[in-house]
Amino acid sequence: MTVADPSALQPGLQPRGWLRYFSFSLDHKVIGLQYLVCGFFFYLVGGALAGVIRTELVSPIADFVSRDTYNEVLTLHGTVMIFLWIVPVVNGAFGNYLIPFYVGARDMAFPRLNAVAFWMIPPAGLLLISSYLLAGAAAQSGWTAYPPLSLTTPAAGQVVWILSVLLLGGSSIFGAVNFIATVLKLRRPGLKMMQLPMYCWAMLGTSLLVVLSTPVLAGVLILLSFDIIAHTGFFNPALGGNVVVYQHLFWFYSHPAVYIMVLPAFGLVSEILPVHARKPLFGYTTMVYSIMGIVFLGLIVWAHHMFTSGTPPWMRLFFTIATSFIAVPTGIKFFNWLATLWGGKIALNSAMLFSCGFILNFVFGGITGITLAQVPFDIHVHDTYYVVGHFHYIVYGGTVFVIFAALYHWYPKFTGRLLNEDLGRLHFLLTFIGFNLCFLPQHWLGLNGMPRRVAEYDPAFTTLNQLSSVGALIMAISTLPLLLNVVVTALRGQSAGDNPWNALTPEWLTSSPPPVENWHGEAPLVTEPYGYGHTPAESGR
Amino acid sequence: MQIRTAITAALATTALVGTGLLVGSQVSLLPVAASTNAPPYDSLFRVLFSIGTILFLGILIVLAYSLIRFRRRPGELAEGLPIEGNLPLEIVWTAIPAVVILFVGIYSYDIYDRMGGMASLDHGAMQHQAMDHGSMNPTQMDPTQLADGIEASAERIWGGIGSTQAYVDQTGDGSEASAAVPPLPVEVTAMQFAFIFHYPDNDITSGELHVPLGQPVQLRMQARDVIHAFWVPEFRLKQDVIPGQPTVLSLTATRAGTYPVICAELCGPYHGGMRTSVVVHEPDDYLAWVTQNTPATTA
Repeated sequence: MTVADPSALQPGLQPRGWLRYFSFSLDHKVIGLQYLVCGFFFYLVGGALAGVIRTELVSPIADFVSRDTYNEVLTLHGTVMIFLWIVPVVNGAFGNYLIPFYVGARDMAFPRLNAVAFWMIPPAGLLLISSYLLAGAAAQSGWTAYPPLSLTTPAAGQVVWILSVLLLGGSSIFGAVNFIATVLKLRRPGLKMMQLPMYCWAMLGTSLLVVLSTPVLAGVLILLSFDIIAHTGFFNPALGGNVVVYQHLFWFYSHPAVYIMVLPAFGLVSEILPVHARKPLFGYTTMVYSIMGIVFLGLIVWAHHMFTSGTPPWMRLFFTIATSFIAVPTGIKFFNWLATLWGGKIALNSAMLFSCGFILNFVFGGITGITLAQVPFDIHVHDTYYVVGHFHYIVYGGTVFVIFAALYHWYPKFTGRLLNEDLGRLHFLLTFIGFNLCFLPQHWLGLNGMPRRVAEYDPAFTTLNQLSSVGALIMAISTLPLLLNVVVTALRGQSAGDNPWNALTPEWLTSSPPPVENWHGEAPLVTEPYGYGHTPAESGR
Repeated sequence: MQIRTAITAALATTALVGTGLLVGSQVSLLPVAASTNAPPYDSLFRVLFSIGTILFLGILIVLAYSLIRFRRRPGELAEGLPIEGNLPLEIVWTAIPAVVILFVGIYSYDIYDRMGGMASLDHGAMQHQAMDHGSMNPTQMDPTQLADGIEASAERIWGGIGSTQAYVDQTGDGSEASAAVPPLPVEVTAMQFAFIFHYPDNDITSGELHVPLGQPVQLRMQARDVIHAFWVPEFRLKQDVIPGQPTVLSLTATRAGTYPVICAELCGPYHGGMRTSVVVHEPDDYLAWVTQNTPATTA
């Protein structure tokens, strides 16, 4: 297949300069940054919602917001963070920016579909948030929207919620189709699959999960909307419906969704570590197989979210074992990353700090994940703050830390300027301390009797909740050095040159920021994206 | 040099495993244990905590050591070692976690079995006659008897841990009783935003759950509106109560006292306030409570 012709993609009507970021641009780099900035906006929105939750929980009584509002806030917080921040950024932003470089193409396989996928997100997000303004009618049944609760809470907000999640799921599917086609079909002649940077494999695996599981979520939400609007009885026990069926279908998407959020992060870390440790990525082949292992296992573990829902014993046993075994391919990745660092020449800059923070946080979240996979263990802590702590260690301590690492690593590529290292280290320190202070105590709270999604709690838990809220405050403050850094650097940052890290992956083998057609001439053939460890004279580079 | 490295590694591993086991055996992060379910749960917790500590500390130490030992000095331009992989190493760190996971899986299966979770479950119209008398001990469960179900109502029965008893009228049934005391049936209705406990034997209705120490209790749970979950942290027990699916949960309290009963599934605005207490009485106190609360008409 021929590489897309850039002149056909840029018909001259595309705006230039900053305006293009507000246009229906077909340039994958513009779309990637659109995803990134849009996602970051929603991160701030979701963070503000988290602030409301942690403020409410400073005292054991429900006194900050009304109980209805509290449930709206926790529903919106989960939905915004998952569907508007993490999934779009870790897939859409970095995927769109990097994948065409990695395969040696000038754009994605379907540039127009790509733009459509992005432009579904801002309206869906604004729709979701605006539902709060419908006079207290936003969805309030949690991001899981379990019936019959979701059938009895205010209908307008729930329907708006379903509509926006359907739009966001659709955007995600369009993106995934594009990634699969690009990785499989747009590779530069001579470039083999096993020579691709690891992020390509991560995105291939993630996109397979999206394509296989997201339609199931769409289906179940459409049935739920029928129950709400047309009073059908799919999930309404009063009409003979079955609520456990909803849970099965919902988690058939929503557990793989965890891997949709962490696999791309695994890919990004695999790009960042070798560059700053000056060593080849350890165990490339096993890394590829472990991604595919996680994809396969990720599809057959969903019922571990339902251990207390009256699932039959054989099902509990099967899902315990399947879930536990995900630890094996995941463990392989972590051991390989540690082996990548071992014997390197490690530059402990902001990108590296966030990557190492990711390793520690994710290992911790992975260990609590193994405990949760055990049915007898889970029965006590299911739906408690132990689970809240666990999954924030995975999605925030894991994925969001990687997003920040990736920002410090690729910001010079996006803009041609280096982010300030001092501000970056301050950002890391505040984020790491705030994050652990916020979420570590929650494990104890869960073990000792604090359920999740409550606005009021046993006064015995006050101190630890206040500690957690202080952590949340530090996390909120930690965004300030980041914002300051991005703004100051954009105005008068240190010029980065084309390749400030002396990296070998293809996106660095062009100017920073890159030209519209990605390379001034032919795309380079990079068969050893991790060929570090040779002195320049030795390797002839 | 090789031998010294090997000895250091062996010593470090031993120290790490020792620390993990020590921490795991000493740690107490759980509330008091007040049911037959809790001791096996707590031993599982200690095992998982030991393994987790070993793993986390090990990775933390390797990471910290690498960052210090292999840091790039100012002005240094050299590259790391050009090592791209090592198959034996990959096999080792695939096999060891797989073995650990397998061990954890088998061990937690055993714990689950001891809690009574693997006993056959009523599914469909078939229901089992009460054979078991509420103990979580598998030695008292006779699989052939359990399989010998009888036709009862067409309602589907779902079960949580220890749900081997039938949700049919089987109170008394003294002729079958070969061991222990018969389970005490309690009907639990979960609704927005309260639990209602009804004792069919004495026609007592209560907002609090009162149970005698040491006697098996059989909770027959139903939800009136949305999904709720019955959770007593001190019992290490939780079961969703799902509308349209009557559910049975069995437990035996082992420690007198008052413990919280908490709704653990988001059920609406007052979800956080949906809590009550379970009072575990000494047998005599329980009888007194029953006598005090039994309605005059049936007394």
